[in-house]
Amino acid sequence: MGYGLISAAYVAAAVLFIFSLGGLSNQESAKPGVWYGIVGMLVALVATIASVGGGFAWLFPALIVGGIVGAVVAQRVEMTGMPQLVAALHSFVGLAAVFIGINAELELNGVLALKVSGAELTGLTGFGEKLAHKTPVEIGIMKVEVFLGIFIGAVTFTGSIVAYGKLAGSIGSKPLTLSGRHLLNIAMVVVCLVLGAIYLGNGGVWPLILIALIAGVIGAHLVMAIGGADMPVVVSMLNSYSGWAAAAIGFTLGNDLLIVTGALVGSSGAILSYIMCKAMNRRFVSVILGGFGGEASSARAIEGEMVPAAGDRVAQALQDADSVIVVPGYGMAVAQAQAPVSELTRRLRAQGKTVRFAIHPVAGRLPGHMNVLLAEAKVPYDIVLEMEEINEDFPETDVAIVIGANDIVNPAAQEDPGSPIAGMPVLEVWKAREVFVCKRGQGTGYSGIENPLFFKENTRMFYGDAKQSMDSLLSTLPN
Amino acid sequence: MKIGAPKETCEGEARVALTPDSAQRLQKLGYNCSVEAGAGAAASISDEAYREAGVTVVENAAGLWAQSDIVVKVREPSLKEVAGAPEGKILVSFVWPAQNEDLLRALNEKKMSVLAMDMVPRISRAQKMDALSSMANIAGYRAVIEAGANFGRFFTGQVTAAGKVPPAKVLVVGAGVAGLAAIGAAVSLGAIVRAFDVRPEVAEQIQSMGAEFLFLDFEESGAGEGGYAKPSSPEFREKQLALFREQAPEIDIVITTALIPGRPAPKLWLEDMVKAMKSGSVVVDLAAERGGNCDLTVPDDKIVTGKGVTVVGYTDFPSRMAAQASALYATNIRHMMDDLTPEKDGNPVIDMEDDVIRGALVCHRGEVTFPPPAPKIQAIAKQAPKPREKTLEEKAAATAEAMKKAGRRHVGLMTIGTVLVLLLGLIAPASFMQHLTVFVLAVFVGYQVIWNVTPALHTPLMAVTNAISGIIVLGAVLQIGSGSTWVVILATISVLIAAINLTGGFLVTKRMLAMFHKS
Repeated sequence: MGYGLISAAYVAAAVLFIFSLGGLSNQESAKPGVWYGIVGMLVALVATIASVGGGFAWLFPALIVGGIVGAVVAQRVEMTGMPQLVAALHSFVGLAAVFIGINAELELNGVLALKVSGAELTGLTGFGEKLAHKTPVEIGIMKVEVFLGIFIGAVTFTGSIVAYGKLAGSIGSKPLTLSGRHLLNIAMVVVCLVLGAIYLGNGGVWPLILIALIAGVIGAHLVMAIGGADMPVVVSMLNSYSGWAAAAIGFTLGNDLLIVTGALVGSSGAILSYIMCKAMNRRFVSVILGGFGGEASSARAIEGEMVPAAGDRVAQALQDADSVIVVPGYGMAVAQAQAPVSELTRRLRAQGKTVRFAIHPVAGRLPGHMNVLLAEAKVPYDIVLEMEEINEDFPETDVAIVIGANDIVNPAAQEDPGSPIAGMPVLEVWKAREVFVCKRGQGTGYSGIENPLFFKENTRMFYGDAKQSMDSLLSTLPN
Repeated sequence: MKIGAPKETCEGEARVALTPDSAQRLQKLGYNCSVEAGAGAAASISDEAYREAGVTVVENAAGLWAQSDIVVKVREPSLKEVAGAPEGKILVSFVWPAQNEDLLRALNEKKMSVLAMDMVPRISRAQKMDALSSMANIAGYRAVIEAGANFGRFFTGQVTAAGKVPPAKVLVVGAGVAGLAAIGAAVSLGAIVRAFDVRPEVAEQIQSMGAEFLFLDFEESGAGEGGYAKPSSPEFREKQLALFREQAPEIDIVITTALIPGRPAPKLWLEDMVKAMKSGSVVVDLAAERGGNCDLTVPDDKIVTGKGVTVVGYTDFPSRMAAQASALYATNIRHMMDDLTPEKDGNPVIDMEDDVIRGALVCHRGEVTFPPPAPKIQAIAKQAPKPREKTLEEKAAATAEAMKKAGRRHVGLMTIGTVLVLLLGLIAPASFMQHLTVFVLAVFVGYQVIWNVTPALHTPLMAVTNAISGIIVLGAVLQIGSGSTWVVILATISVLIAAINLTGGFLVTKRMLAMFHKS
């Protein structure tokens, strides 16, 4: 296929990807949006495959097997398991970037060897042909790109694997804080830079492999140091890295579509990280460097007591209420309480009550995770509102129910400047006439901070497993 | 142990200290409950209802006092009642020990342990047993209802075919529990409500109830200990009266609730103010029992002045809503018993270390324990001194300064960026610069597009970016035809895992998006 045609296919694919992302601006336009993405990907793949000369015997089986594995995983994954899946998919991009980077170096060596031997270069096809036409300066730049691609790719790969482990629960979610871990990270980065310089000087695959290994340790160590509550930021950040890795590889290969796509993905992840950090009132750097929760807190002592309420009391309050706001947190997903919550919502709405959901940006383990879980449980999306949309409505609300959420409804963020979460935007549930907090026990949240909400006069604690609690509520409400 | 509630002996008292509901809860604490026959009749609770809740109904008061270990009452017992009572009982009731020294002595002579519901300290932990607040709440509500019954017009403004009806203007003096309840009731009836209190820190509460706070510009806080007001200076009083005088001709209904603990009610609504009010206006004086806030108040009675202003001086507002008042009071008592019975075994423990119990205990084991040590916790947090509001000019200047700063930073960043790109352009070949252009533009496009994504779809966004970052497969496709075995192996693995991304990412996004549906 000619260069013009390929370029045209790439432009089309890039535009389709942008449409696909743009479609996500609302729930209805998002559905056809996915098709834009799929078509764009097919166009790009077909055009690229048509342009290369060989290797089909390897290519097609790999494509088909990978494709089937992907399809099966996509069908089977639980919506609560989305964070793990996303992390796993990031790691694949990272690993692919490392391999392709190393391949680029191997190919370059081959081409240079041919050049030195004075052999005919016309026989080369595809990437090799491109390499053969490069000037020494271009080759120098390409080496920098290879270095970047491998470095970012390796950090993404191991970082995502650790994130996967933490999200899936196979690695403890507590931050691992080695003493002098910042120094360790800096030392490893310096070693990578030195190895990069060596590689730029004499080339060779070994420095690259070493870089990949050390960068892998950096990635794993970085994510190990980050606590469970900061996982949404980490996953968004890895999303961003996977994009930058793809873009770096695009530069190496001189492929504009890779560059465009990588840049789109990279900025998407970066924006998500920014939104998450903003929602926790934390600086990106301090999240990435990890170790939340160990800070000395001068939080105020709390007056008052936690007053428990039984299920019939909660049911009565719901019966008497006109407007209800449900605030779900990750605890709801852990207890798998979405279905009864949805059913409760349906019944209350059938009685003509206004029931809405308030979603904090960092509720759950992934940006927007709660929305997906509620959508899966068949809660209509138009009653699921963002924090800014609903926060002003709490004073006019009769009952607010907090299910498995803690820090995102902590009034200390606004009232106590000494609190470790001071300044974090929170859902102002305590302004509702009555608040019920559905919680397993009296413990603190992920951040380990006491929550004065539980001690407020208009708060009642509804202790118990979220699913059982909701089921018990359902049994007292008319169908 | 046995808890018994006698019929109230005070004339006109319709409340009762035990309800079937509270009795059931007390039984869970291990107590047996009994009640004098007919005790709940005035509060619409039949003896039958008590029996159904497992309460023993005792024929007369003497029998009840004799067989109960703990006697719960609403009003303080009369001296006659105490004289007839056996020794050594526990009594839980309103007592007003400061005003009723004789009664306190008599109770002590009977070796009773007396917990005065009116002495429960006003701290957060004790709110659930704060009977004064729960009764004041009812009084505040009832005051509005009484006012409405004596007021010849609507509360809410209406425009009808027969003409326009102006809304009633209500002034509430004193925003304690009763005042706030009155504000709430009057606001929800549709009146225009103004409220005054000597404690500026309650302004926020008043406003949150939907009333307007009449602000008095005077450097003195009237907040005393335990959430109550304290007496004000003569200068302050003058200013306050001037404010009321100004309001009087406009106001249709005045509800006064001003009380200072242990003192006669301050006179705040003077005769000339009543005179200044329109004919048909109503004054409801919730402080009538302690002499009244209004000059013309006649306790326990309702009068109409020559000019047609009604002054209501009833002192039994809670009793006028006996069913509700009994329910709340009985719950307060039940909470008190809850605290007294830590083991839930029906055996009360009088713990002198417990602030709440110590505060309420007025005599115990033949000793008068009143007054208790003063509570140290302030019921309403003092308002933090507000920083001076910035003037508009200052704000504008600050904004301009911030804009300038941001502008300078932008210019700085752009200069640095431009210089860097130019430097890069000096050494980099044309092909690289082309790709760089594409890259930078793509980042900007991405930035614009992603900010438009609704936060509800951030998870699908991540999944779809997962899928499209599988585009890295193109790199592997380009390399897979190589002659080197290593390259082919690595490229094949890359294709395999990138393909997982492609199908997995797109299909899971599709699956997720299909779940979103509108109601």
